Amino acid sequence: MRALVVDDSAVIRTVLTRILAGLGFEVVSAVNGKEALEKLEVCKRPDLTLVDWNMPEMNGYEFIRAVRADTRWRDMPIMMVTTETEMEQVVRALAAGANEYLMKPFTPEMVQEKLAILGIAQG
Amino acid sequence: MTVQASDFRFLADFMRDAAAIVLEPGKEYLVDSRLAPVASQAGFSGISALVQELRRSTHSPLAQKVIDAMTTNETSFFRDAAPYQHLRKAVLPALIEARRNERALSIWCAAASSGQEPYSMLMMMREEFPQLANWNVRFLATDISQEMLQRCRAGTYSQLEVNRGLPAPLLVKYFTKRGIDWQIDERLRSAIEWREFNLAGRAWLGLPSFDLIMLRNVMIYFDLQTKRSILANMRKVLRPDGYLFLGTAETTLNIDERFQSEQAQSSCYRVRAA
Ligand SMILES: C[S@@+](CC[C@H](N)C(=O)[O-])C[C@H]1O[C@@H](n2cnc3c(N)ncnc32)[C@H](O)[C@@H]1O
Repeated sequence: MRALVVDDSAVIRTVLTRILAGLGFEVVSAVNGKEALEKLEVCKRPDLTLVDWNMPEMNGYEFIRAVRADTRWRDMPIMMVTTETEMEQVVRALAAGANEYLMKPFTPEMVQEKLAILGIAQG
Repeated sequence: MTVQASDFRFLADFMRDAAAIVLEPGKEYLVDSRLAPVASQAGFSGISALVQELRRSTHSPLAQKVIDAMTTNETSFFRDAAPYQHLRKAVLPALIEARRNERALSIWCAAASSGQEPYSMLMMMREEFPQLANWNVRFLATDISQEMLQRCRAGTYSQLEVNRGLPAPLLVKYFTKRGIDWQIDERLRSAIEWREFNLAGRAWLGLPSFDLIMLRNVMIYFDLQTKRSILANMRKVLRPDGYLFLGTAETTLNIDERFQSEQAQSSCYRVRAA
């Protein structure tokens, strides 16, 4: 199983990578939407993409829209990483094509629960 | 603070008589942690003083508060994947087929806790079986705890509660943000009939018959005799071709052999043909 983690915060990237690796995922990360799109072109298709909302150059919303506009990635599971105060963004992210959200601060169990909702077996 | 032995024995008897809940020796910590807040809220100096008052009357609002506090209400939206999967894939399609002439369905959620289970079922039915909108669906949800029923009726959940098990598309479709909480739509709240019902009590005659009963994660609290009598009563209110779900760790095995496992993974049972 492969995961793509898109976040401009090195801390979040590290934490998510560690959790996902612990669940058996091979993890690729990117610092913004633009880099994530580049990684999608060259890496194997991820089974799950986790994406932050506020990022320089290309934010989460723009990234999701770009991904969904491309038939290759139309049904690739995407999870928004968000905070309690940003819940309105989840509504917009879902409208743009995200499948789920993960709320900060998260635990490995919370990530597992969301994987179960998305019907993604662990790696 | 630790509860005195005589008070613990009294509380254990009280919980057994009032709710058939078994409080074994060793559960003193549970009494301490659950009842200390009730005692101080009601203005008692401690658990001892509360028990003293309880000894005078076990049919008071205080007694109800004690029952509320001592029951475990742990639940979540779409708790356990297997039963919901089985409902979606097998049970509801079969019932819809079997009842296609009457176009009526009756469902009972018998330990509703704070409401996540009945609301999960209702959302699933709206999403996956929209044809039921034209059916006569009777959805009863009960619990022994009045406090829990109040929560069910309010249909208001914290961010933490909606983070657990509830798919994001259902959150944005059926809930409205109210301050820091989320409230489920009034149409869903009013589609369920909420009632107080003690599974270990005698009010069974007042119940209609059901096509589908959820009796999940509540039998664990009862002794064998209470389990037997509850399952015997369940057989009376379950239609002959109906379905009973227990918690995924629970079973009718060695309790009531008239039930037979329909699907083990989801703890789904049916009554054996005579
Ligand atoms: C752990 S919750 C189960 C909630 C839900 N069915 C689930 O599986 O997630 C158990 C519930 O059973 C209720 N309960 C305990 N004793 C009961 C009784 N004698 N009659 C009816 N409900 C009872 C409690 O109030 C509590 O809300």
